[in-house]
Amino acid sequence: MVETALTDLMYGFGVALEPQNIMWCFLGVFVGNMVGVLPGLGPIATISILLPLTFSMKPVAAILMLAGVYYGAQYGGAICSILLNLPCHPPHAVTCLDGFPMTQQGRGGVALGVTVIGSFIGASFGITEMVFLAPFLVEVALKFGPAEICSLMLLGLLAGSTLARGSPLKGIAMTLIGLLIGIVGSDIQTGIPRFNFGMIQLADGIEIAALALGLFGIAEFMNSVNQIAKVDTKYSNIGLKDMRPSKKDLKEAFPAMIRGTLVGSLCALIPGTGPTISSFVAYATEKKVSKNPETFGHGNIKGVACPETATHSSVQGDFIPTMSLGIPGDATMALLLGALIIQGIVPGPSLISEHPDIFWGLIASFWIGNILLVILNVPLIGIWVKLLMIPYRYLYPSAMFFICIGVYSSNNDLFQVGEVLVLGVFGYILLRLGFHPAPVLLGFVLGPRFEENFRRAMLLSRGDLMTFLDRPISAVFIALCVILLSTQAFFYFRRRKKPATGEDRALEAAENPAVPGVAGE
Amino acid sequence: MGTVLINLGKHRRDYWGGALMMFFGLVAILEGQSYGIGTLTRMGPGFFPVALGCGLVLIGIVIAGVSYLADEPDNETFLPAHPEWFAWACIIASPLAFIVLGEYGGLLPATFACVFIAALGDKETNYVQAAKLGAFISVLGIALFSYLLKIPFPIIRGVW
Repeated sequence: MVETALTDLMYGFGVALEPQNIMWCFLGVFVGNMVGVLPGLGPIATISILLPLTFSMKPVAAILMLAGVYYGAQYGGAICSILLNLPCHPPHAVTCLDGFPMTQQGRGGVALGVTVIGSFIGASFGITEMVFLAPFLVEVALKFGPAEICSLMLLGLLAGSTLARGSPLKGIAMTLIGLLIGIVGSDIQTGIPRFNFGMIQLADGIEIAALALGLFGIAEFMNSVNQIAKVDTKYSNIGLKDMRPSKKDLKEAFPAMIRGTLVGSLCALIPGTGPTISSFVAYATEKKVSKNPETFGHGNIKGVACPETATHSSVQGDFIPTMSLGIPGDATMALLLGALIIQGIVPGPSLISEHPDIFWGLIASFWIGNILLVILNVPLIGIWVKLLMIPYRYLYPSAMFFICIGVYSSNNDLFQVGEVLVLGVFGYILLRLGFHPAPVLLGFVLGPRFEENFRRAMLLSRGDLMTFLDRPISAVFIALCVILLSTQAFFYFRRRKKPATGEDRALEAAENPAVPGVAGE
Repeated sequence: MGTVLINLGKHRRDYWGGALMMFFGLVAILEGQSYGIGTLTRMGPGFFPVALGCGLVLIGIVIAGVSYLADEPDNETFLPAHPEWFAWACIIASPLAFIVLGEYGGLLPATFACVFIAALGDKETNYVQAAKLGAFISVLGIALFSYLLKIPFPIIRGVW
């Protein structure tokens, strides 16, 4: 088993090292790193803008590049948190707590250096986890029938919507909305147009790029316009020699990195607990195991190393359920899965055997991409820091254009620009009502396959719903769903008002751009 | 419109959130049942939409109900503390301008208008800065999308 995995991995390196694939991978991590640094533009919006441009590319190249944007952005996000105290990229919000005080003490460079080392360690572990775990999961999943796939999807959807940020109830509501949006278009079996309300342009359904750009582009801009705090760049003069951590720093940070890796890789396996949750859990764990927790929040290097390592480990591990089972854990993964579906590739357990070039090429490209990112971030740190000075007021109008042209180019149809606008306004209303739109994308991507498998399962069992409980594997998934929901309800009723801690403020800040900063108050 | 939205703010946001979900659920049920529900064994195209609609109505009721039972005050209102009516209008007008000018004018005027209008939404940006940004992105956009990526979109309709 281990040996086959290693042989396949070597094959993957062969794919990823093809010149044009390296080029796309580089382009992806470069763009990702850039948008990660820029306050106010996230990886989801960037991936959706790039998505239509990948239609004409080969599937391998497309997925390498889009995935590169995602993990590349994580390297950039840390720069923003540590030097500017801007928690604009949720997974890195908690890094502000100790990263920015370090910057104020003149040790911002060291914090960045430790982050780069930790990121690489975390990512490497996440990738290794994927190499060995994914084929194993696939082996199990290949035996699944429609009923099992259905229950597994239900579990994925419930976990994705209730474990993420915000109220679990609202998360489920958003998943249902996403499933409904996924229905728009022609019914697969009868060809009857559904929910098109008389518009022919909707006969093919709603474009995933339009949905993502509306919810994570336009809605976000409406939320952040005139709200982004003035960026204070007085600490951003960082050179290469400032980044080298001392032996003492490394000795302190290393155990924290190991703990971060473990937390991150565990969180990655549970759908719905992506990088953001794992970085917060990692920070809390690190504080708990520390002998002197009072130093956290005042520039403790462990408070930077642990959550950053966890983020990267979780970012890579997030690909495991996505690529091996076809169940995305969060909105970004749903988007990447959508990119594969557009290319005509059916995600699911058969992906590894049918498209080994995509699967193993992607894994190999993770390593190449992470090495490229370390190279990009250590000597070129000065350039990234300069990017921090681009003000939001120039950024969002430019992004509006890229959104319009991006979604236009997916079908050369201006109608879809209108779709983005409507979905964007809808997304903003949802945001103001306290709904987080991320599960919408999960429901949207999984919806059609969920319906198809549900219909098939019902056909096979002659309309007997008990089939989901009669089949043992399916019953286990349903039981997990019930456990998940009842623990959520239990915690809801037990919840008491606690005094807000630094982490709570960081979490709040991550969701609200109007909160200027979290550390050093 | 302003007064209606201010009145909206007097109630808990979750009442409105729940009501919105119920509304979408009802639309899904009404529209879905017209496609034919069928039976569990032979599901019609309307089965899944109606089932989802029922779920949405139910969850809408639960959202509003939980909010009614829990006495925690909702310390956020529907409208933010400083509503950005002008900026919102600019952000909404920007893609509209792109659609209209893209249809009748071409990529160049559409791009310029899209960026120019969106940029005006920021309080600190004046007309000159917005126009400069618009011009810059127009040049960049045409170089990138018309020449490099060859997207079929005339730069100026009928001329170029």
